[in-house]
Amino acid sequence: MSRKQLALVIDLNVCVGCQACVTSCKEWNSAGAAGPMSDQRPYGADPSGTFFNRVQTFEVGEFPHTETVHFPKSCLHCEDPPCVPVCPTGASYKREEDGIVLVDSDKCIGCKYCSWACPYGARELDEHQKVMKKCTLCVDRLYDPLLPVADRKPACVKACPTSARIFGDIHDPLSEASIAIREHGGYALMPEWGTQPANHYLPRRKTRLRIHADELVRADNPLAVEGHLPRPAEGSSTLEDASF
Amino acid sequence: MNPAFSVILLTTLIGAGQGLFLALVTVQSYAVFGLLPAAAGGALYVPGSLSALLLLVAGLGASFFHLGRPERAWRSAAMWRTSWLSREVIVLPVFMAVVALYLVLQLAGGDSELLLTSGGRSITLSLAIGALGTLLAFALFVCTGMIYACLRFLAEWSTPLTPLNFTLMGGASGFTVAAALAAGLEPALVPFLAGWALVLTLLAGIGRLASLVRNARLKPRSTLQTAIGVKHPQVVQRSMGFMGGSFNTREFFHHARPATLRAVKPVFLLLAFVLPLGLLAAGRAEFQAAAMLASAAVVQGLGLVAERWFFFAQARHPQNLYYQAVS
Repeated sequence: MSRKQLALVIDLNVCVGCQACVTSCKEWNSAGAAGPMSDQRPYGADPSGTFFNRVQTFEVGEFPHTETVHFPKSCLHCEDPPCVPVCPTGASYKREEDGIVLVDSDKCIGCKYCSWACPYGARELDEHQKVMKKCTLCVDRLYDPLLPVADRKPACVKACPTSARIFGDIHDPLSEASIAIREHGGYALMPEWGTQPANHYLPRRKTRLRIHADELVRADNPLAVEGHLPRPAEGSSTLEDASF
Repeated sequence: MNPAFSVILLTTLIGAGQGLFLALVTVQSYAVFGLLPAAAGGALYVPGSLSALLLLVAGLGASFFHLGRPERAWRSAAMWRTSWLSREVIVLPVFMAVVALYLVLQLAGGDSELLLTSGGRSITLSLAIGALGTLLAFALFVCTGMIYACLRFLAEWSTPLTPLNFTLMGGASGFTVAAALAAGLEPALVPFLAGWALVLTLLAGIGRLASLVRNARLKPRSTLQTAIGVKHPQVVQRSMGFMGGSFNTREFFHHARPATLRAVKPVFLLLAFVLPLGLLAAGRAEFQAAAMLASAAVVQGLGLVAERWFFFAQARHPQNLYYQAVS
């Protein structure tokens, strides 16, 4: 647990499905180190294109007990990434220093085998460049000394208007990401495959006020008019008799 | 998965090439050890190993159409420590070189003797090369099969039956081609080769049926609940996040109607196993041997192409859970 593992923690409780992370990812990475992210027939009848990040929408439950879950989906930067060992050229690799899974687009032969080996469908073959593309966690922003420190984080994180995307080192127990996972029930997707995704998701959380029936009537209302006590009988001892 | 014809042709053609080479070496070693007449196979080795080489070259050629960047294909030998694909990329050309060497030795005719066993058997250089090629052919079957079998979340592929069936089906088609060649070139070998082709086709059919039965009983481990991590029996996707297509919607679906998928299964079982069994039996009984065995090879080849299409189409990739609803 010594090595750094950068990751995103995505809070499904506050994601509103606005797609701002999708467009800012596309904008930054089209011009970034991993670009271009080409589009085919963008204004045609059958448009297609390369994206690193998507926001999907799921409906949980049956009407009227339904809930809409907006679900941002990108590469999870698995700690045991199944896409890396299958790559025949070594183009797919996981960085030792920060755990980011990357594709060297100069070595990739476009055989698509890594995409078969990813259960999450996080990799896309770019139709223009004919090489595999995937989320880079904006590695070209993270270490850029020309950017203000506040901007050295993934474009999607910068774009999120509800702060649903938390970025950090999940191996550092004191990072914001680690604390969010620990304290808000962060979970991994498809844990059944043992890929140990670095990205975590925070569940939808309901804040419910539990009111018991007896709490609806105040037993100790200071404003309640108290009943009159019966007057003491004539000649009976009073407090004054005892104290003097 | 979306079946790619480049990969379908690669796996079926090199399988037949490997099987054909194994058939030649089988004849040669049977002849050396006196189980066949000593001169057996004389007319078969050169055209046989040439055909095997051509099948392998055609398969390798088809594989390039699968690559986005074929000019970088040489890089794919790098990661043999971890990647079965890389191992296949190494073993295939080495095997082709050994087959080519075998062909040259057979063409040159002057097969030098390496040693003479106490029983008077002459172990020649071409037999030694054939033995090496046999090892490589089996290694290549394992590599090809393991490319698919090692993907643990593609449950339909992730079974020892995958490399086993690649071996049996490649062997069956190769021996069938060998029997067809023998019918034209050396009819005395037809009963032997057609007999082995019958046995291998039968075993391959049993193996493939076993994998079909296994796959029919599979229950997907990943569900929409584990895919998005919401514990509720009823979760449906309302939007995959885009309305156009993407790599994710193209590469992992077969795009055929369910009825097509259902229809291909009996068709490939018939073409790859049932019909060839009948044709091989007829050929072996020397009833129109040349025509029967040639049609057995063609029918089985087509059947195995259909089989491979079905192999890819049947595999359900868990990523499809994320791509179920457009809007």
